Amino acid sequence: MSNGTHTPRRGALAKSESRQALGFVSPALAGLALFTFVPVALSIVMGFFDWPTVGEKTFVGFDNYVKLFTDSPDFWPALRNTFVFALLYVPISVVMSYLLALSLHSRIRGRGALRVLFFIPVVTPMVANVLVWKMLLQPQGLVNGLSQTWFGIELPNFLADPQWAMMMVVMMSVWQGLGYNMLIFSAALEQLPESVVEAARIDGATGLRMTWKITVPLTSPSIFFASIMTMISAMQVFVQPQMLTGGGPGNATQPIVQFIYNQGFKFQELGLAAAAAWILFAIIIAMTAAQFGAQKKWVHYEH
Amino acid sequence: MSTSTITAPAAPADDTRAVTMPPARKRRRGKEDQEKVAGHAPMTRPEKVRLVFAHIGVYIAAAIFLAPLVYAFFSAMKPNQEIFSMPPTLIASEVRWTNFIDVFSYGPFLTYIGNSFFVAIAGTLVVLAVSTMAGYAFGRLRWKGRDAVFVLFLATLMVPAEVIVIPMFIVMQWFGWVDTYQALIFPFAFTAFGTFLMRQFFRGIPFELEEAARVDGAGPIRTFLQIILPLSKSGVAVLAVFTFLGFWNSYLWPLIVTVDYAAHGTLPIGLASFSGLTGTRWDLQMAAAIISMIPTTVLVIALQKHLVKGISMAGLGGR
Repeated sequence: MSNGTHTPRRGALAKSESRQALGFVSPALAGLALFTFVPVALSIVMGFFDWPTVGEKTFVGFDNYVKLFTDSPDFWPALRNTFVFALLYVPISVVMSYLLALSLHSRIRGRGALRVLFFIPVVTPMVANVLVWKMLLQPQGLVNGLSQTWFGIELPNFLADPQWAMMMVVMMSVWQGLGYNMLIFSAALEQLPESVVEAARIDGATGLRMTWKITVPLTSPSIFFASIMTMISAMQVFVQPQMLTGGGPGNATQPIVQFIYNQGFKFQELGLAAAAAWILFAIIIAMTAAQFGAQKKWVHYEH
Repeated sequence: MSTSTITAPAAPADDTRAVTMPPARKRRRGKEDQEKVAGHAPMTRPEKVRLVFAHIGVYIAAAIFLAPLVYAFFSAMKPNQEIFSMPPTLIASEVRWTNFIDVFSYGPFLTYIGNSFFVAIAGTLVVLAVSTMAGYAFGRLRWKGRDAVFVLFLATLMVPAEVIVIPMFIVMQWFGWVDTYQALIFPFAFTAFGTFLMRQFFRGIPFELEEAARVDGAGPIRTFLQIILPLSKSGVAVLAVFTFLGFWNSYLWPLIVTVDYAAHGTLPIGLASFSGLTGTRWDLQMAAAIISMIPTTVLVIALQKHLVKGISMAGLGGR
């Protein structure tokens, strides 16, 4: 493979290439500066200010951070809800999509179409997906309707009960995100070195044992990747609870991102919202770093 | 629908380098190889039985999985008062296709769709122009500080949207962009994702091709336009579709920066406000939801061959 080294060339030519490269990269660089670097810097500053949407801004030091942890009734519940969501959602989603990818093996007819089918909710507007589930989960909706008709059991009002509401947010999210990890795992499974699999089969490894001892370790890098990506997105969950339950009942399903949104754009406390966003960022970094640290124990890379 | 279109997704990392060959031929050959190697051995009787059960299981799972969307589709054609009938029915006393038409005159639904298409297409064009150019500079040209700047680009991928959106609103206030189309299009059109994707893709093109053009006296601009871009159609298509999906589905940012929904609201905003606006008109909500899913579903089916490459390169990114 070419590694990009050119034959040595004269300085003038290199200089002209540098100038042209600058031309090519400058729109992206300018945009990134304006729409990423400036906001990030501004966000740090805002975290230290009492910053209403309109009106006087006053420097308050670490007060926003102190206030969040000690004097903000919704902050801790929002953090807890986000963790509960991630703790339920990530394992369920990863395991189910892995099983699905395993099930859609090469001998299944129509697997290409099936994969597309499972991928559809990943790309349809989340708001539309949630609306559909909101209808299904109404007390008179399909889920309760079928349960009553078929089994004569009246189910609880899912979205109005604190515990059930969170379970429904998780369930809806698993359904929505299943196809994404499934595709990652499918790609990994198809890359399995045929020789190793064959050797294991000759040694008498079959079925579950084969999956657990051979397939899972061999695909552990992709499981690792999927877990990290799923965890990061889980910590940023917003639309599902916001639309499905409005964060309720009470604040039982309000995640941290909804808390940030509410602080900033409902209560006009942009400084507090910025501070909360940085706390979320710090948590995500810490969790990602922890996963990277733990990967040596279970992720097998081929060298 | 073709049944075996995603059978041979290439390795995520390697594939970006291997795409220089005409993609179709490459893929076909890869599949033949795979089949030769895997070479399904003749099955014994219990294996056949197991395979039949595997099919049954997978198709039942698929049916359950799809049920919410199917039920939503049929609900969109019910009279509103029969949405929550007990026992539930798939087809109500009458089939109201007209709901799909009525929804367009209900609230500013047509405006939402128009806005969504406009913002998504304009945003995608901006992303394509910016990312291909920057990707070319990072992937094909040599310049001082290139790698350092590239690391800086990549570092921005880590920052979650939540950190950006609040100060971004202030930036929009500075510009006087609150509640405008610009605010929906530009702020998230310069993310490093596209540049990264294009850089990876461009690096897979043999440098000899470019050298030959250079020897013939073509400068970087001509090489970029006449050699690199034409050879990168599939990569650009992947980026285009994923970018379009990102804009089409974007919710948090439009929610923040749009004030007058009836003027600048996009489809997700419209759908969300719909549930408040229409109160109990579930029939129209479902019709609207189904309509909003059509373009994305069509794109996924069109892109199915490239899905794996697209998502394994950098994820969909949530905004």
